[in-house]
Amino acid sequence: MTSNDTAVTPSGGEHDVITKDRVVIRFAGDSGDGMQLTGDRFTSETATFGNDLSTLPNFPAEIRAPAGTLPGVSSFQLHFANYDILTPGDRPDVLVAMNPAALKANIGDLPHGGVLIVNTDEFTKRNLTKVGYESNPLEDDSLSDFQVHEVAMATLTRGALEETGLSKKDAERAKNMFALGLLSWMYHRPHEGTERFLREKFARRPELAEANILAFRAGHAYGETTEAFAVTYEVAPAKLEPGTYRQITGNTAMAYGIVAAGRTTGLPVFLGSYPITPASDILHELSKHKAFGVTTFQAEDEIAGVGAALGASFGGALGVTTTSGPGISLKSETIGLAVALELPLLVIDVQRGGPSTGLPTKTEQADLLQAMYGRNGEAPLPIIAPRSPGDCFHAAVEAAAIAVKYRTPVIVLSDGALANGSEPWKVPDASTLENVDPEFATEPNAPDGSGEFWPYLRDSETLARPWAIPGTPGLEHRVGGLEKADGRGSISYDPDNHDRMVRLREAKIDGIPVPDLQVEDPSGQADVLVVGWGSTYGPIVAGARRVRNMGHTIATAHIRHLNPLPANLGEVLASYRTVLVPEMNLGQLALLLRGKYLVDAKSYTKVSGLPFKAEELQDVFLDYLTGTHPNSADTNSTNGSGNGAPLGVQA
Amino acid sequence: MSTDLGLPSIGGLDLVPTTDAKQTAKDYTSDQEVRWCPGCGDYAVLAAVRQFLPTLGIRRENTVFVSGIGCSSRFPYYLNTYGMHSIHGRAPTIATGLAVSRPDLSVWVVTGDGDALSIGGNHLIHALRRNVNLKILLFNNRIYGLTKGQYSPTSEVGKVTKSTPMGSLDHPFNPISLALGAEASFVGRALDSDRKGLTEVLGAAAAHRGSALVEIFQDCPIFNDGSFDVLRKPETKDQRLVHIVDGEPITFGPEDDKFAVVQRGFRLEVVKAADVDPAEIMVHDANNLELAFALSRLSDQDLNHTVTGIFRNVDRTTYDDAARAQLQQAKDLAAQKPGGTDLQALLNGRDTWTIAG
Repeated sequence: MTSNDTAVTPSGGEHDVITKDRVVIRFAGDSGDGMQLTGDRFTSETATFGNDLSTLPNFPAEIRAPAGTLPGVSSFQLHFANYDILTPGDRPDVLVAMNPAALKANIGDLPHGGVLIVNTDEFTKRNLTKVGYESNPLEDDSLSDFQVHEVAMATLTRGALEETGLSKKDAERAKNMFALGLLSWMYHRPHEGTERFLREKFARRPELAEANILAFRAGHAYGETTEAFAVTYEVAPAKLEPGTYRQITGNTAMAYGIVAAGRTTGLPVFLGSYPITPASDILHELSKHKAFGVTTFQAEDEIAGVGAALGASFGGALGVTTTSGPGISLKSETIGLAVALELPLLVIDVQRGGPSTGLPTKTEQADLLQAMYGRNGEAPLPIIAPRSPGDCFHAAVEAAAIAVKYRTPVIVLSDGALANGSEPWKVPDASTLENVDPEFATEPNAPDGSGEFWPYLRDSETLARPWAIPGTPGLEHRVGGLEKADGRGSISYDPDNHDRMVRLREAKIDGIPVPDLQVEDPSGQADVLVVGWGSTYGPIVAGARRVRNMGHTIATAHIRHLNPLPANLGEVLASYRTVLVPEMNLGQLALLLRGKYLVDAKSYTKVSGLPFKAEELQDVFLDYLTGTHPNSADTNSTNGSGNGAPLGVQA
Repeated sequence: MSTDLGLPSIGGLDLVPTTDAKQTAKDYTSDQEVRWCPGCGDYAVLAAVRQFLPTLGIRRENTVFVSGIGCSSRFPYYLNTYGMHSIHGRAPTIATGLAVSRPDLSVWVVTGDGDALSIGGNHLIHALRRNVNLKILLFNNRIYGLTKGQYSPTSEVGKVTKSTPMGSLDHPFNPISLALGAEASFVGRALDSDRKGLTEVLGAAAAHRGSALVEIFQDCPIFNDGSFDVLRKPETKDQRLVHIVDGEPITFGPEDDKFAVVQRGFRLEVVKAADVDPAEIMVHDANNLELAFALSRLSDQDLNHTVTGIFRNVDRTTYDDAARAQLQQAKDLAAQKPGGTDLQALLNGRDTWTIAG
């Protein structure tokens, strides 16, 4: 199937075992077929087994699009390997298609020779017509390039559940567990976890738990007993860094990071939030952790969510709000107020396709400039972007520390791919997380010895102002959105004072120390540097590994702190012949780099709602390395290819 | 799931630290020069509030005023308490976050008819329905003052302003009806110049546990001068002002020529007291939502009959008390479980695996 196949071991039984380094599986079906759950379970089994993994759930924005239609197709792709991998995989080795729509929507991604497992029960004339198949692809030769396994999953599931007394319809609903059982058998996955999960999930309806377990076992038994499947596959556990691991999604990691931030800052956490895809799961997760002193407030709208969070911060809590791009638009004025008030506030933006409602369930990283500049006036704030699902935890903890120490709103830019994607996560040792003392003001501070409290008298090192919370006697003061007199903090319309305050707020953010940019260039000889941020970390590093394996030299660097940028960034950029910035937008980081460092950064951009593929970036990198890319020579062009199309034409 | 968290019924200030020290209006006066237009009704309200706050016996540093944008929203600057002059319409959201996270504070919102009913209408109704322990003072002058004289959501139809030279077209809100419709547990109204009536409503609002809406009729001498004069002038006010007191018959007017409010079908009517059996006269009941609503609509917004006093004052679990009780409940449950609030246990979850070095 792929060049990674390393050995075929006759098992002595009916099935040979093929050892592989890595496998990509995609489960695809109707939104009502439970594909996300199936994928999640296979992921858990795989995590428990010890492979490295990365996942890409892909589902429609509609809760239940019309059954059996193309818009209703939901899929879950999982990449697992015996080494550290960085992406959910480009193309599946195995495609499970639960109906004709899932087949039609996904077959284009299956490489020649790929394994296709089809639930034949859904291939009725009516369902085929619904998605525009004139003839049944299982009966004509349109699938002859693939290893097709036709399995009547609904029928087999029904048969397995005959004794349970469940209705035909209820029984058939367990067919996703049949598919999971079959795949679990093919890839030697442990299944205790899934059976335990099903018992817990259906604790109140034990008959359904047993039915699902029966279906799961039936799928397993089907693989073992039928001769249709000649081989099974083994992917050895990955040799990851020693430690304790678990599987985690970006949204869960972000929620845990917020809980942990309550501990590291010693502050009660107050989340003000309004449901929005793909950020709602952070609200759901945090709502479970009240015992950790986390208050969650589901507000009447996005504005109220951030307003309540800011009000809580004024009162001495760690105010947090979680949202996606449209919510950031609504919160902008309040975030600007937080900049003026100079109070801690954590703003989580799980980016999705835009503009406007855009693509709610798809990923994009086009809110960077909005995060940087999307407020009236000069309103700078720190921005941190996690690079992987597990990294969302550390991004949240760090953002909270900066917010508290520098009395400022901080934006964390996650995205849909990180939020719903998952990976094995080396669980951090909670006792090693760095604490931050909020250092509430307790005493009057006026330098003139008047015994007054000056709310805008800054710390000389950090430029942060004192945080005096209501209830502190003698420090009663008023803050607000009107410009403040430097130091004293009363309203000031003085021209020079405004100029000074604008510069002070900027200087405070610029002065936040962030780690220097690390460049990965194993050869030390590269003259092309690829710079990325956020979730493109995985495909960029994977693409770079591929071209290095081909004998090329290339350097990569990942920008985690987007504001302020690392101090050595300008120097790093200047030391490469070519700087290439792949982004899931139309070149927003490239614009910042060009503007700030006068470097002729090249853009490679794509906004398809899906992450970059490693193979795609490999090709882009090769074009730049070999000088065949139209923009690889020094030009004044402000943009790269714009999209993959011209490259495709060249290739 | 039951929402009964076994919360005791307590007063609005019962969790706020008190002081025995004698406090005066001066203590509550900040060093900022008050900058409203001469003759602005806000002066009267500010003076009343400065007199009133010391009588609560709570610590000054535990008092917070949050405002939005508009003339009245400058209010917090003039009080020597904690305060925030926030952004247009959003003060109830900020106050909500503050009140939920800090039960030891007395939280007040100062807003106007544009701030609360136009740009901030959504936040107002949700704060009221949630019943967060905060007191909303809605200064209603039926005009936009700070932006120099456009009509507001409480302006009468046909109002000629800079933005409506041929007269405004939209039907106004009735703030009391709106608040009652939004499930407010406390609704009151007073006239800026009526120190006694205003202080009475403010006192009851402060003592009430939950959201309180206090509408204060207030004059804008620049852009809507004399808008409430009929409620002030001795020759007209007796015929128009209907002051209600819980448990007392609703009558008004001069002693020798009293009017009374009676029920006729589904609505209330004003009649000569002498013309009806005293048993027919409506007795005010601040627990009766339907009565409160009917009183809010006693006459159209032409000020023919304007009710002041406390329309509604009922006990209902507050959002913030309930939210804190849930937090405590979760903490108590976790305390009984091993690792219940152990961050490491949370991070580990249920399925971990170890890779040996």
